[in-house]
Amino acid sequence: MIADLPAVALSVAMATAAGLVGCFAVMRKMTLASDAISHVALPGIALALLFHVQPFLGSLVALLLGTLLIWVVESRTRIATETVIGVVFSGALAVGAMFTRGEDLIEALFGRAGALPAWELTLGLVGAAGVVVFVLGARHRLVLALVSPDLARSAGVHVRRLSLLYLLAFSFTVALGLRYLGVLLMGSLIIIPAATAKHATRSLGSMLAVAVVVAVTVTLVGTALARVLQRETGPVIISMAAGVFFLALLRRRPP
Amino acid sequence: MPSVLEVSGLTIGFGGLRVIDDLSFTVEDGECLAIIGPSGSGKTVLFRALIGAVPYEGAIRWAAGVKIGYVPQKLDIERDLPLTGTDLLRAKAHVGRVSPDDVPRALRMANLGPDVVGRPIGTLSGGQFQRLLLACAFLGRPTVLLFDEPTAGVDEPGEEMLYETIGRMQREQRLTLLLISHELSLVYRYATKVLCLGRGRAWLGAPTEVLTPSRLEELYGGPMTHHFHR
Repeated sequence: MIADLPAVALSVAMATAAGLVGCFAVMRKMTLASDAISHVALPGIALALLFHVQPFLGSLVALLLGTLLIWVVESRTRIATETVIGVVFSGALAVGAMFTRGEDLIEALFGRAGALPAWELTLGLVGAAGVVVFVLGARHRLVLALVSPDLARSAGVHVRRLSLLYLLAFSFTVALGLRYLGVLLMGSLIIIPAATAKHATRSLGSMLAVAVVVAVTVTLVGTALARVLQRETGPVIISMAAGVFFLALLRRRPP
Repeated sequence: MPSVLEVSGLTIGFGGLRVIDDLSFTVEDGECLAIIGPSGSGKTVLFRALIGAVPYEGAIRWAAGVKIGYVPQKLDIERDLPLTGTDLLRAKAHVGRVSPDDVPRALRMANLGPDVVGRPIGTLSGGQFQRLLLACAFLGRPTVLLFDEPTAGVDEPGEEMLYETIGRMQREQRLTLLLISHELSLVYRYATKVLCLGRGRAWLGAPTEVLTPSRLEELYGGPMTHHFHR
């Protein structure tokens, strides 16, 4: 257990970032987009494996490029964002899958919490802390931009820049979670705890808190359970998260 | 009276279509300028240009030290959004670097009770939500208020309360108001000047000079009727 401590710390940090980022993704109605964004990591992983570079770095670069693409499309063109995401990111998944084979493909798609190098631990912890600080620090600006971009602009918020920073935080969070959940399921860890919190709460503070608690709990319990059941971590974590969501639906929404 | 706002040669277009073409006007301190015109005449686009949300040609000059409070057009808020009125007020206060102590004053001015602001914004009635936006606009003691169709989606008793609040704040705070409205009764009652937009032209003047039956008919393509609120 002591030897696992760095991995536990990283998964808690990643899940905390996922819960917080997810709240604004759900409120911004980015649910489908969030799922698709994580797919763009696959060609990055494929290229990294081809050139013997760390897959984490390959996925991070691909995600950042994908994020910039969404941002440019959102702010510069009249094409619906969902359309571009549907075409480009599903295409990325297909291309990535063609160049990744066997065990590597399964690991990239569903995640496997293998050996954790020190540099990845450090980058992960610092990155997750950065995402948490950003979301908590920018939550007021994010709320105003969510309710009315024009109201936010009139109050001095640079809405376009805020949107880019948020999408970058989102992508970095996806990159952090790929080792546990893979490209197919990481978007779900961002969305499902936040969707659960949205149903169960009625104010911003409680939504953020509940999303973090759900994300961290399912990640820790799911990782342990996957080891016991000898399954891939991603499917176990997301199955648990979906279970918690449906349990929350059974409970009546607070008035 | 000093000018609070000077607009000259303002032109705004989207994809080759000019929505506003070479518009010039000024707004003096303490005035209430009502902007009217049929749908698509560029009223909201003009407001968006005034807050810097759309690119434009020409010049928009606000006087030094002007603080703008903006109340946007009717917003479509998801009913189950977990954001309370308090969350929105806190967000606005934080972004505007206003002390949270200013929130109770803004709520009093908007005639909004603490029980209402504790509720999720998606559950508020049209009138309550407009008053919440008004309270947000009051934070930080603005000198100019931009009001985009304040009574859209509000029932008649709610309209009356909003009108009273608008009239009271103009008297007590000596605010400069810019108001987009389809309610001609509101325009006659509160506006000191009217800017009529439509058919690629603009008319500016006192309500009784600008809002003539023939001009309204020309603008809206048919006879206009309106009723006065008591």
